[in-house]
Amino acid sequence: MVPTNFYITLSAILFATGAMGVLVRRNPLIIFMSVELMLNAANLAFVAFASQHGSLDGQIFVFFVMTVAAAEVAVGLALIVQIFKSKHSINVDEVNSLKG
Amino acid sequence: MTIDQILFFILAAVAVATALGMVFSKNAVYSALFLVLNFATIAVFYLLLGAPFIAISQVTVYAGAIMVLFLFVIMLLGAESLPPGKVLRHQWIYASGLALILVGEAVYILLGRNAATGMIDRPDAFLNTVDSLREIGMALFTDYLLPFEATSILLLVAMVGAIVLTKQEKGGQK
Amino acid sequence: MENHGFAFLAPWLVFAPVVGLLINIILGGWFMKQPWGEKAIGAVAVLASGAAFVVSVLLAYTVSAAHGEALTVPFAQWIHIGTLELDWTFRLDSLSTTMMLVVSGVGTLIHIYAIGYMHEDVRFKNDIPRYQRFFVFLNLFIAMMMILVSGDSYMMLFVGWEGVGLCSFLLIGFWYDMDTLGRSSWANSNAAKKAFITNRIGDFGFLIAGFLMFWYLGSFQFDQVFEAAPALAHEHPGIIVLITLFMLIGVAGKSAQIPLYVWLPDAMAGPTPVSALIHAATMVTAGVYLITRSAELYTLVPQAQYIVAMTGAGTALFAATIAVGQYDIKKVLAYSTISQLGFMVAAVGMGAYVAGMFHLITHAFFKALLFLSAGSVILGLERGHHHLAHHGHGHHDGHHEEVFDPGDMRNMGGLRKTMPVTFWLYMIGTLALAGIVPFAGFWSKDEILLDASLHYPGVYALLTIAAFLTAFYMGRQVWMVFFGEARHAAAAHAEESPLIITAPLMVLAALSLLGGGLNLPFEGFHNLGHWLEHTLHEVEALPLNLQVAGISTGLALAAIFVSWWLYGRNPLKAKQPDPLKKPLGLIFEGMENKWFVDEGYWAVFVNRYVDISRFLADKVDWWFWHDIFHEKVIAGTYNWLSNVFLNDVADQKGIDAFANFLGRATQWLSAATRKLQNGFVRSYALSVLLGVVIILGYLIFK
Repeated sequence: MVPTNFYITLSAILFATGAMGVLVRRNPLIIFMSVELMLNAANLAFVAFASQHGSLDGQIFVFFVMTVAAAEVAVGLALIVQIFKSKHSINVDEVNSLKG
Repeated sequence: MTIDQILFFILAAVAVATALGMVFSKNAVYSALFLVLNFATIAVFYLLLGAPFIAISQVTVYAGAIMVLFLFVIMLLGAESLPPGKVLRHQWIYASGLALILVGEAVYILLGRNAATGMIDRPDAFLNTVDSLREIGMALFTDYLLPFEATSILLLVAMVGAIVLTKQEKGGQK
Repeated sequence: MENHGFAFLAPWLVFAPVVGLLINIILGGWFMKQPWGEKAIGAVAVLASGAAFVVSVLLAYTVSAAHGEALTVPFAQWIHIGTLELDWTFRLDSLSTTMMLVVSGVGTLIHIYAIGYMHEDVRFKNDIPRYQRFFVFLNLFIAMMMILVSGDSYMMLFVGWEGVGLCSFLLIGFWYDMDTLGRSSWANSNAAKKAFITNRIGDFGFLIAGFLMFWYLGSFQFDQVFEAAPALAHEHPGIIVLITLFMLIGVAGKSAQIPLYVWLPDAMAGPTPVSALIHAATMVTAGVYLITRSAELYTLVPQAQYIVAMTGAGTALFAATIAVGQYDIKKVLAYSTISQLGFMVAAVGMGAYVAGMFHLITHAFFKALLFLSAGSVILGLERGHHHLAHHGHGHHDGHHEEVFDPGDMRNMGGLRKTMPVTFWLYMIGTLALAGIVPFAGFWSKDEILLDASLHYPGVYALLTIAAFLTAFYMGRQVWMVFFGEARHAAAAHAEESPLIITAPLMVLAALSLLGGGLNLPFEGFHNLGHWLEHTLHEVEALPLNLQVAGISTGLALAAIFVSWWLYGRNPLKAKQPDPLKKPLGLIFEGMENKWFVDEGYWAVFVNRYVDISRFLADKVDWWFWHDIFHEKVIAGTYNWLSNVFLNDVADQKGIDAFANFLGRATQWLSAATRKLQNGFVRSYALSVLLGVVIILGYLIFK
């Protein structure tokens, strides 16, 4: 018997960790991985609620999220490769041509 | 404290530790491997929560396909750590502060306002049968048919996009 | 309406002359270019005035057919404010129709005369186009006079009163750019201004009387005023006294009584027909008409009546003394007119309204006759002068430089032979004015004297002396002008006037001869008295008093004899001083110089007024208001305010600073926010997270 709150709290911690990773790291690959971590944190919350309520809808949502994440990673990585080809660097701080 | 809870805390500790490891590893390859471990831990959580289909999907899609893709790209671009950045030196202070506040807020919502006060039992034995998988399939192909088809198109588009972006022009400069 | 006979024609009293003047305004310029232009203009004016006369006759017939009942013909609404209801309504009763007949009748004759007179006058003055204007003004005068006498309320009367004042001004200043001798000067226009301004003083009195009337009696309408007056007289007799005395100021202005008579002698600057029509026969009698019309007010307050009578009598005597010492033929007649107006005012002041109106009518006849004859004399001298100039007669080589005054009696003499028609006409007028049986003047003057002898011995005494002087100065004038030898070559060569001038004179002479028949003091012959009785209610029909008549006639004859003894026995020679000068000394000096009244007015009023004006202009207006108040206070303050305060402080340090602050703040803010847009995707992501945290916090704590 585990309280749902525990799962949700874990989910929040993982989400915050992922968000921090997005913010502090300069390597776009690790930023992407952090985004994946955030998505997983959200997924965990979905599944925890689905389990508490005995419903399948949460699981199906997680299924869609995974699909979207896969698509995102495919496109995102392709972009990173392209950026690296033009800039010869993967430091996001150097991609600042929109500076005001 | 029940056995379930002990198991939860152990797994949670692993999940948080691997997450932090992923975030703070200097080496991108380590990061990717920490993330694989994290995903695996979460897959175990899914099993504990009575979602074996999702757990398997998690292992195959995330830990398998996506992370392999990551590793490929890391290898391709070089996994060397970046030199210390010259800009945004205080970024990590703001980021960790905001992250803590975010967690605090979430905890406040959960505990202070008693938002979700439920208990989660051990999963049913029924879930280990094919019938539970059939139920998910029934739900996907009846109630969620349209989103399901939309995701298939999304995947197709992503695939085409990835190919176009990375395609070598024949005789081109790249 | 059908019961009222010709009453519906009443508006044509005014509109006939108006139509005439409009025709002359619009077509006159074209007429003047035609060879028959002057005749056309004159004919239009005469027909317009004659139409008014015909209408007057028909209206008089209508009133008499209605047994003297007053008829009112509403014509137009004028002012309706609160309880004030003023309409243009024509009032037809025996009094107003009498005035209409006199005005339009004499007016028409003078129009005819003016055709001939102005024909020559514009040629002597070398300004032929002005012929047209004269008749426009003359018709306008008739229209205004008709409004005056036909009005049903004091305010309509006042409209006409001001209108005739305007016409008087325009016609006195008809030769506005020269003096009476045709020299370039502003003398004539000054005379016109003098008349106008003096009349304003009188009008002020009239207006005050009108305001009092409206305030206490609630109306301007004659019948309503007279209806309400007795009650007011019972409660506040002082108010009626005030109204009547203020009205007397108006009368003194318009009818040239002491102390406002001074404009009338100067008014002789106008062409002679104007002097005859406006300043002798009609307009100046408006004051007499006003008092007669207000008889019911004056009857209520004997004190005011006494003041009016004394004013009239005093004026009669005073003006008569001045007339004795004048040399200008028209000036003598002008003072004579003032004197005779004094008779009328004295009469109506005594309550002898019929006598006053009677004298008004006969005076209109014989004074118009005298003036027009004098005009004829003047023209005769002008012709003689002209004749001399063209035929190189005698010794007048530099005659263009020499100033010849055709109106100066010292230049005349012996005209009996050269202008016989005018002489006989003038004689009739003189005898009528002097009050010799059976001329019109005798009957009317005698009636006044008779009334005075019965009720006001003081007035009687003054008027009797004035009557003596009247006969004397008229005799003096006749001896000087028509008898003896010509004292100037022009007089010797004077020529008789044409028929167009003498014909109206003959009509007037006939009227002067027979006018007394209107109201003979015998039983059954009080025609005018019975006629006016319908309007004036209480009329005293006095029989002839042989004592009074005998005294006045005897005095008149004596005066004529004295004048013969002085002026006729030994005719004046050229340059010889007046024979009265020696025996009377200073008194004659005073008479000759109009008792220095004008100089006194100048010293007491005009110069003080000029001083006050100068003070106001130089000190108050220029020095105080302009230099100090406007320049220093207002402009200075304004400059200080605009330069120092508004410009430096408010604008530069306030508004500009604020605007600059806004600009700098925007720059600073944009410079600051520009740094936010640093291109680092991680910063943007931080912002997003910040937003998430804030929104979540808001959702928690809301």
